[in-house]
Amino acid sequence: MATKITQSDKLLGLDRAALVEMLRWMILGRRFEERAGEMYQLGEVGGFCHLYIGQEAVAVGALTPLRSDDYVITAYRDHVHGLVRGMDPGAIMAELFGRIDGSSKGKGGSMHLFDSSVNFLGGHAIVGGHLPIAVGIGYAIRYRDTDQVCVCFLGDSVANIGAFNEALNMAALFQLPVVFIIENNQYGMGTAVHRAAAIENLADRACAYSGMQGWTIEGMEVLEVRRTVELAVERARSHKLPSLIEAKTYRFVGHSMSDPNYGHYRTKEEVHQFKAHDDPIKGYIEILRAHGTIKESDLSDIEAEVKKIVDDSVEFAKQSPVPQPDDLYNDIYSEEYPDARRRDPWR
Amino acid sequence: MAVITYRDALNQALREEMRRDPDIFLMGEEVGAYQGAYKVSRGLLEEFGEWRVRDMPIAELGFTGLGVGAAMVGLRPIVEYMTWSFALLAIDGIVNSAAKMRYMSGGQFKMPITFRGPSGAANQLAATHSQALDSWYAHVPGLKVVAPATARDAKGLLKSAIRDDDPVVFLEGELLYGSKDDVPEAEDFTLPLGVSEIKRPGRDVTVVVHSRPLHSALAAAETLEREDGISVEVIDPRTLRPMDIDTVLESVRRTNRCVIVEEGWPVCGIGSQIVDDIQREAFDYLDAPIARVTGADAPHPYATNLEQLHFPQADLIVKAIRQVCYRD
Repeated sequence: MATKITQSDKLLGLDRAALVEMLRWMILGRRFEERAGEMYQLGEVGGFCHLYIGQEAVAVGALTPLRSDDYVITAYRDHVHGLVRGMDPGAIMAELFGRIDGSSKGKGGSMHLFDSSVNFLGGHAIVGGHLPIAVGIGYAIRYRDTDQVCVCFLGDSVANIGAFNEALNMAALFQLPVVFIIENNQYGMGTAVHRAAAIENLADRACAYSGMQGWTIEGMEVLEVRRTVELAVERARSHKLPSLIEAKTYRFVGHSMSDPNYGHYRTKEEVHQFKAHDDPIKGYIEILRAHGTIKESDLSDIEAEVKKIVDDSVEFAKQSPVPQPDDLYNDIYSEEYPDARRRDPWR
Repeated sequence: MAVITYRDALNQALREEMRRDPDIFLMGEEVGAYQGAYKVSRGLLEEFGEWRVRDMPIAELGFTGLGVGAAMVGLRPIVEYMTWSFALLAIDGIVNSAAKMRYMSGGQFKMPITFRGPSGAANQLAATHSQALDSWYAHVPGLKVVAPATARDAKGLLKSAIRDDDPVVFLEGELLYGSKDDVPEAEDFTLPLGVSEIKRPGRDVTVVVHSRPLHSALAAAETLEREDGISVEVIDPRTLRPMDIDTVLESVRRTNRCVIVEEGWPVCGIGSQIVDDIQREAFDYLDAPIARVTGADAPHPYATNLEQLHFPQADLIVKAIRQVCYRD
């Protein structure tokens, strides 16, 4: 059965540097996304652009306790996961801009960030499609008999797709070190979770798989997320057992840039309520202040540092050239595109 | 050389490659304890153990993605489908994930994975179990597609597919598993992907055909040689993407006539593309319109007489060849 955890006012025994580092990541995530949204409005970023504003506690709480040789995979709302995992902010922004110095040379875009150097394996845009991939990463870990872990983020709507059951069943069946983290932001696009899932707490579904532990937690509390993920990672690393964590969170912005922040499927009051009373960054700052961990100058220092990182990322993206026409046909196969003569010759 | 079945040739390829490279593993429904639904994986579980020969739950989408994930971190999975018709449940993993991972990651992740299993019709399995979806996969940039018609080709091409760093869709003929021919025993025997083979040289007309209908085409060629004195050249591309179209073009430039045969449906089929290749590159060499013989443009029926009518049988190929030779 899923375990309900609601309280976390302890600082998990983390030292000041680690605590401040988490705050820094959350603020960087927020400011990066705000700027990405601005760049979208200015026409620099195209396609679908899904911002993470409001959900920062989940990625930061889950990714900061991992080792550099662990694996991370997520869905399409992926900018902040990539950032916190250690991707270069400039490479992410350049990817959003569709430039050659983007993490995927401008071929993947917002929804398909990858960075093999930090074991960040995407950035996947078909809902549910990446869960079996996470299981395969877990399988490879067992195959090679290492003590790595794969952490897989997913949205709440994934809990209703067939791949969810197929993946979780295999993870439990083969005893794979995979931690599944549902970011329940209350809406699958515009469909409220209760209108899509015939269950109250999505993590209760863990009870369908032998050896899988489920947790439903307050996803707006970064320390709560971190504490739970540490438990789940330890189960995975030491006991080769998968876990399912449901972090209840909320996105303060629309599903994507084409969706207004409120309107048809959620009210202005609801959004304002969350922003005013349940902002994960404000909440964390209050905890750190209450413990005397930070002072005002720390906050202004972080904001200044983060602003420079974001400014630099935009500058880097703007300076980066667009891909060359020949790049259209690169990176399709391991060798030069083999069916070249079947192309039309006028392009 | 030894005369062995197509099934055993595939088994040899799997065994030899798994002995050569410990990163290769096989998975699928019934590949282990059951020894393979078609006994292709006979004895492999005993030799390699369960982590390298993994029985999967009936969850094609799930275990296809498992293979994709394992390939992303450096293993070389072989995914067996009990039939390619069941792989329809997994096509997101093949087309959205495997085929595009290298491209979408800007070349960061290679995808050394082989998807294999029986394709095409068997005996009276009806519409959901009797499909040649070759052109679906050949349509997708990022995939390679292989369809061997003989035991020798099956062994040599499967070994190359497994060694390839790109995702390969490997279509085995469900009715070919028991067919036999000479297969080299040397462990270093491979056949390169993307190379056509002239299965029968001829002068008067070129037949392009892959997978099981190759044998119908060869029978048709015998008949025409004997009854009409028509010399038929039969070419098997063997790899449908990338396709060695040069061998076909060179032949058509000599014979000036062409018939294209496939088991799949006619609309947007493999032959449709080859017709385009020929009209673009050898238009002036043609002395007759190209003819195609395909599976009937209907779901596959159960009744024996209708099923036989569905196949691109030798008698249909004979008629098509006579037509392009203006001998009908």
